[in-house]
Amino acid sequence: MINKIVQSMAQAMADIRDGAVVLLGGFGSIGQPNALIDGLIEQGAKDLTVVSNNAGVGRAGLARLLELGRVCKIICSYPRTVDPVVFEGLYRAGKIELEIVPQGTMAERLRAAGAGIPAFFTPTGVGTKLAAGKEQREIAGRKCLLEEALAGDVALVEAWEADRWGNLTYRSSARNFNPVMATAAKLTIAQAQHIVDLGALDPEKIATPGIYVDRVLHVPYGEPTVT
Amino acid sequence: MNALAACKPRTRNEMAARVARDIPEGWFVNLGIGAPLQVADHVPAEREVVFHSENGVLGMGPVPEPDRINRWLINAGKQYVTLRSGGSYMHHADSFALIRGGHLDLCVLGAFQVAENGDLANWSTSENDSAPAVGGAMDLAAGARQVWVLMDHQTKSGESRLVRRCTYPLTALGVVKRIYTNLAVLDVTPEGFAVREIVEGLTLDTLQEVTSAPLRMLD
Repeated sequence: MINKIVQSMAQAMADIRDGAVVLLGGFGSIGQPNALIDGLIEQGAKDLTVVSNNAGVGRAGLARLLELGRVCKIICSYPRTVDPVVFEGLYRAGKIELEIVPQGTMAERLRAAGAGIPAFFTPTGVGTKLAAGKEQREIAGRKCLLEEALAGDVALVEAWEADRWGNLTYRSSARNFNPVMATAAKLTIAQAQHIVDLGALDPEKIATPGIYVDRVLHVPYGEPTVT
Repeated sequence: MNALAACKPRTRNEMAARVARDIPEGWFVNLGIGAPLQVADHVPAEREVVFHSENGVLGMGPVPEPDRINRWLINAGKQYVTLRSGGSYMHHADSFALIRGGHLDLCVLGAFQVAENGDLANWSTSENDSAPAVGGAMDLAAGARQVWVLMDHQTKSGESRLVRRCTYPLTALGVVKRIYTNLAVLDVTPEGFAVREIVEGLTLDTLQEVTSAPLRMLD
């Protein structure tokens, strides 16, 4: 019997190694796998590269992981938030490397990784300083940049419902990066508000088929708050 | 600033309302964070314009009543919003495929500078920005069929935001088609800035005095 549901955070976080590339779902605080991030803090892996749209707010969650010195590089589109105090301090002190990627290019690099496409050309970023060091080619009359796939060792995602095969649904705009990142890592770990019986999810509503998911942890935390 | 004493510049709200007047029914439109988000408030509900938010929302509606908030539904500015009848959700790669694939009729963005060749600078004001944040600006600027800019005509210190060449880091090359400022509405044409409309009490000569690139009236 296939059963991807794990019973403890320790089981969920097993085998995340030092130096791992960790994909974190969420856009701001919505759809962000906060419990799994806290689990990763507890688990202890270090020298991490984190891929996340934002770079942490206040001193909890991702910001806490940064503050503990466990992240050597962050790849994101928008490090500025209402309270990016931890990230900005580390960045100014030269203690963290930052790779800024246009948001859509980041999403597509992740998608490409999950879809077995090593690289693609896109017009986004041509003529800007983010084009530095990238191969440029004119295709069908339009200048484009070569962007490489962005794969993770681990993806931490937040779902609304899950079953034991790892099929996932999402809620409203909490979908965001989660289904894309779920496809792009060797090990995908989901936290879900609801665990349902196999067969209970409407196949038409499953946004992430279980083939992409390795572990599911039940985290019924209630409603998110915007930060 | 004396040159502007005789006219009444548009407020942010009036600028947003002015942009909204030009958006026809049936368009798919993305509004950048900040002032452009207000444009949606000025499109009457009976004129069906479909607003897109980069975080995977198509058919975004207005801010909800406090007792009707869906805590999983925010816009790109991380504010609570609603979903109109007919709206849909998608993941981030699809949301930006929609942008990059040229499916949006229009994107309205804020800006620091626009050049007479349509170059856009709207994400960073320095080559040495402490931690520059680009978000979806480059994707939107390169992908939407049309880019309009909503911004003040001058900086707080009185420098023109309409320039011959941008001095701030660029977001995209040659993409801006129209600019709505507190003083005027202008098109970007192959011959440079062409003025469509000036606020009451202001002449083209006076507008030119506060603009560092040459202006002409639209033919």
